[in-house]
Amino acid sequence: MLSNFGNLLLFLNIFLSLAIIYFSLRSFKISGKLIPKIIYQISTLQSTLIIICFFTLIAGFIISDFSLITVYQNSHTSKPIFYKIVGTWGNHEGSLLLWVIILTVFSFLFLVFTRKHPKEFRILTLIIQNILIVGFLFFILLNSNPFSVLSPIPKEGLGLNPILQDPALAIHPPLLYIGFVGSSIYFSAAMASLITNYSQTAFAHSIKNWVLVSWCFQSLGILVGSIWAYYELGWGGFWFWDPVENASLLPWFAMTALFHSLIVFEKRGLFYFWVITLCLLTFILSVTGTFLVRSGILNSVHTFASDPSRGIYILLFLTLMIFSSIFLLFKKYKEENYNLNPNSKETFILINNWFMMFYLVTVLLGTIYPIFTDVLTGNKISVGPPFYNIVIVPIVVIFLLLMAIGPKVKWIKERFENLKNYLFILMGSILINFLIILLFKSYSILSNLIIISAFFLIISSILDALNSFRNNKIDYARIISHASFGFLVLFIGLNDIFSIEKDYNIKLGETKNFNNYSIKLQNLELENFPNYKAVIGELEINNKKTNKKNILKPEIRIYENPQTLTYEAAITSNALKDYYLTMSNIDRSEYYNIKFQKKPLMIWIWISVIMIVFGGFLRLFQNAKNN
Amino acid sequence: MQKTIKILILITFFFILGVFFIGLNKNNNYSTSSLIGKKIPPVNLEYFEGNKFYKEDDLKKNNFTLINFWASWCAPCRAEHPLLVKLSKEKNLTLLGVNFKDKKKQADIFLNDFGNPYDFLAKDEQGKNSVIFGIYGIPESILINKDLIILKKFVGPLSSEDFNSIVEIIN
Repeated sequence: MLSNFGNLLLFLNIFLSLAIIYFSLRSFKISGKLIPKIIYQISTLQSTLIIICFFTLIAGFIISDFSLITVYQNSHTSKPIFYKIVGTWGNHEGSLLLWVIILTVFSFLFLVFTRKHPKEFRILTLIIQNILIVGFLFFILLNSNPFSVLSPIPKEGLGLNPILQDPALAIHPPLLYIGFVGSSIYFSAAMASLITNYSQTAFAHSIKNWVLVSWCFQSLGILVGSIWAYYELGWGGFWFWDPVENASLLPWFAMTALFHSLIVFEKRGLFYFWVITLCLLTFILSVTGTFLVRSGILNSVHTFASDPSRGIYILLFLTLMIFSSIFLLFKKYKEENYNLNPNSKETFILINNWFMMFYLVTVLLGTIYPIFTDVLTGNKISVGPPFYNIVIVPIVVIFLLLMAIGPKVKWIKERFENLKNYLFILMGSILINFLIILLFKSYSILSNLIIISAFFLIISSILDALNSFRNNKIDYARIISHASFGFLVLFIGLNDIFSIEKDYNIKLGETKNFNNYSIKLQNLELENFPNYKAVIGELEINNKKTNKKNILKPEIRIYENPQTLTYEAAITSNALKDYYLTMSNIDRSEYYNIKFQKKPLMIWIWISVIMIVFGGFLRLFQNAKNN
Repeated sequence: MQKTIKILILITFFFILGVFFIGLNKNNNYSTSSLIGKKIPPVNLEYFEGNKFYKEDDLKKNNFTLINFWASWCAPCRAEHPLLVKLSKEKNLTLLGVNFKDKKKQADIFLNDFGNPYDFLAKDEQGKNSVIFGIYGIPESILINKDLIILKKFVGPLSSEDFNSIVEIIN
């Protein structure tokens, strides 16, 4: 029943998309500045139906309708209702439906919110966006249909992977999707702008809020993913340079470059083709990421669908997108004469873009290099954190310094009279750095440079805020985001330098001593939960210096459906540090293996990212207010 | 000049997409069934102690060899370890342990604490040799015969069913 209804809705949506394309093409012939009402109506209906379609699938999960293969493979009657619902997008088919929802809803919203812009440009954007929608709907219907049926109907489902049963993971995919699928709308707009020669600065106005929205959500999605990895995977880290993480980072770099160069385009009318290139690139990278993750061409901890036939379809789609973009761009490209003064805001923003491109290329290379060596030489290699740390981290130092100076440079030409100020700030940063080193006794040249440059950016931003406070012309959004980025790098640096990690085999009642700490395994309990059984350890961490005691309770969970063992980390957080403890059993032994980590300032890493995004949302509200 | 750049861009994209296309149709190492019946890749594994290397000839002497990839830092490896100790009593089977991306001291402690089931012990500090064997995460184990043909590959810790199937195959 649900299957038929769902399929019907999917077909209807294809039909509606085609109708929108048809009426849009027809409306080109009609004179007048208004888009025909019928297009608005179909677009509204289309968004409504696709959302109903998604709710149909959710209903299938809630009532555990195992006649649907997707439900059978990703749910179980004994799951709590929350994880039944989350299971809807915790798999390939359901998440693709989420893709199409975002494509469709963004298409509708763009139509509604761009009334001030030329009709041809809007209509063409709509047409291109609907071509994307039809493409993905066909992909769903032909290859990844969440409404495919199973017969005979199984009595019980296979269950949701336990590591996906986590609140953070419930919101992670939707956030990330709004981010990178949202970028489709400025992909379509950029194509439309090229075709209709809509290259005035008003074009920047039509897309800048969409870029900001997608950037904010992309950042949040990445953040939540990291938080999940930190709490759930039990390795104590939050970034692993895994292909999937990289896939989410690639469009993020492009977006960040894009909304910075959009400032120049809007203000000075420069960089039009560069802006267009970035618009196209962002969505192309999003689809590339999806291809890498879903096709199984790369093996990664997140790969939940390795099916080459899926890969072929996405690759075909990707090829079409890339070559039509390149074709249009080459056809319309005109050389622009920038005449930039090296000491101008324009130049500094351009430099920001170079850095973003550098990071992008580095991460892209690291991610796809293993595919290349495998295909071309038959060698299987893996590119891990050392590569990224060596290539990216030193460059961050220079990036931070320029990021501090850039925003205060004037448009067109700056004289640099306040060079002295920067010197003072630099001295201050170096001083603080050495205080930290003296106090905590840890040393490496690179970490020093990172801390100095981070402080340079933070202090500059704060002074900037104080100065502009006096002039009453304060740009909160930028200052908050930039300063928070400085804090982020600072906290990651400090966290990396001052982390402690210890590994012991311990039995009940035993105490282990190290540095200023002692750890005692006080108690062990077996508890039954609706979804799983758990062995819960009770460990006391004693800081002998301050005589502060913390009780941590890591768990070994035994899930029933599917039968899986997971290790839940126990974490206590306060403003200064996290204690992170995982425990695993050793068969036929009274010993348990525990891994203890002290991770300073963890919570501030999350807060910094939230503040960076907060800056983004603030800019969005300012833009909305100014409209 | 502009034309050259355009052509270069096109070639780059063709190249990348082409590689992606070929990559898709390549064997996927994760599916272990496709490995069964194939010969293992050339063996060149460094001794755990000393600078000697295990070669194919070392493995051809044994009726059956189970190559087990493990590390002291890997919790599931601890879980499967008792089964390996049990397997070490099988006369028809040689156990080759490959210590994966590990510190020697930690690995020694591990073997001291839980017992050393391995007849041969090799190390792979960089994890490069293991990649050649199609190892992505550990523990993974590969069961081969005299002719170095893969009979079975186990991804993840060995279960008691895996144990039984190994015993069945070698006897």
